[in-house]
Amino acid sequence: MAEIPHLLVHEHADNVGVVVVEGLTAGTDMLVCVTHDNATFRLTAGADVPIGHKIALKDFRAGDTAIKYGEDIGRITADIPRGGHVHTHNCKTKRW
Amino acid sequence: MASKYSNLTVRAYRRENGRIGVRNHVVILPLDDISNAACEAVAHNIKGTLAIPHAYGRLQFGEDLDLHFRTLIGTGANPNVAACVVIGIEPGWTQRVVDGIAATGKPVSGFAIEQNGDLKTIMDASRRAKDYVHRASELQREDCALSELWISTKCGESDTTTGLGSCPTVGNMYDKLLPEGITGFFGETSEITGAEHICRRRAISEEVGARWYAMWKAYQDQVIFAHQTDDLSDSQPTKGNIEGGLTTIEEKALGNLEKIGRRSQFIDILGPAEVPRSGRGLYFMDSSSAAAECVTLMAAGGAVIHTFPTGQGNVVGNPIVPVIKITANPRTVRTMSEHVDVDVSGILRREMTIDEAGDALIDMIRRTANGRNTAAEALGHREFSLTKLYRSA
Repeated sequence: MAEIPHLLVHEHADNVGVVVVEGLTAGTDMLVCVTHDNATFRLTAGADVPIGHKIALKDFRAGDTAIKYGEDIGRITADIPRGGHVHTHNCKTKRW
Repeated sequence: MASKYSNLTVRAYRRENGRIGVRNHVVILPLDDISNAACEAVAHNIKGTLAIPHAYGRLQFGEDLDLHFRTLIGTGANPNVAACVVIGIEPGWTQRVVDGIAATGKPVSGFAIEQNGDLKTIMDASRRAKDYVHRASELQREDCALSELWISTKCGESDTTTGLGSCPTVGNMYDKLLPEGITGFFGETSEITGAEHICRRRAISEEVGARWYAMWKAYQDQVIFAHQTDDLSDSQPTKGNIEGGLTTIEEKALGNLEKIGRRSQFIDILGPAEVPRSGRGLYFMDSSSAAAECVTLMAAGGAVIHTFPTGQGNVVGNPIVPVIKITANPRTVRTMSEHVDVDVSGILRREMTIDEAGDALIDMIRRTANGRNTAAEALGHREFSLTKLYRSA
């Protein structure tokens, strides 16, 4: 892959991806790579998001489920636009 | 079926009980906290020895005492230890540790401080330790099959890059080397929470899976729910995990389980610090998720090399077992390179495949087994942390 991806997604079923570059800024035209089969697509970052943090691949409504590794990783607790930052401020385990 | 991993060898020390070690320590082991000073004095006197001070060993009872003995005996018995001097405040429990280590056939002696005092004990123990150093320093490494290694894993300061890169690297190594006959350990009971349904399915049989689930459930009920004061969201994920982008325990646990790869199945469950007795294969050890405690328990169970994926940069080491650090986080490589043995950040740039990363780790395991000091060894990380099940009497 000539261009280094900005965002990695584990599985096609996932609705969040992980920022893998430092200093990502809002408005960046990101190269997104699904590691399962190296399929790629593009997505515009909606916020400055630190390396390692997640970005929404779709528009979320509060109450939706975040999917990563093809599995339920928690409940979305606030609306998040596609390209937005997903973390503890808007996503929480369903366990407690 | 033969593979390119079938005939790999390492230069290791063959011990009296047939197992192979990759280090050649002469350990000065305190039975209890108040014998640390004498042990450290002996280690100061006799060059080439290693004291392993710790915080416990008095007025423990029941299962907690059993675990204390099992951890100390397992540490002395580990094949990375050539010989061991045990010092305790009194002779009874000291001898119990000596007898446990002696079952391996390796040289071990006990010294008790009561009715001798520190100074006489230090002199007597120093003379014995000196004999052991002479003996150990003449032992030679020999060619051994890589498949004879016992290799453990536990990750720390995890973030989203561990699930993407460093944990799958360890998983790839296990997928390649477990079929060749290595013995593997994984654990971290509390950190499987969120992926317990998946872990249970990775048992070799429904019976082992059911026993695993009962162990995990007992931990949840008897430790977490019995002692929690809040919803654990301050502890799991940890502050470091959250800084690294992990949001929930489910996300953390799914990344953690990447360490057992795509195909590997565990054949049995071990109590903390318990030695595998069901033959070669992968074992789940019921263990703390705190790095130093977990590595200490697995070393006591007999692991001779530990593979440690980290995201944000956990710096842990162990006195007797080399801890190989693997990271995929480019920021950690940039800011903490002195702690990194295997840089797999190329996975994130899609310049390196998981298969290539697994091969790079296997290469580092061989080099480490042959004698290369790990980053943690070079930096002097010798964390030895005993797991305490409940307060002492």
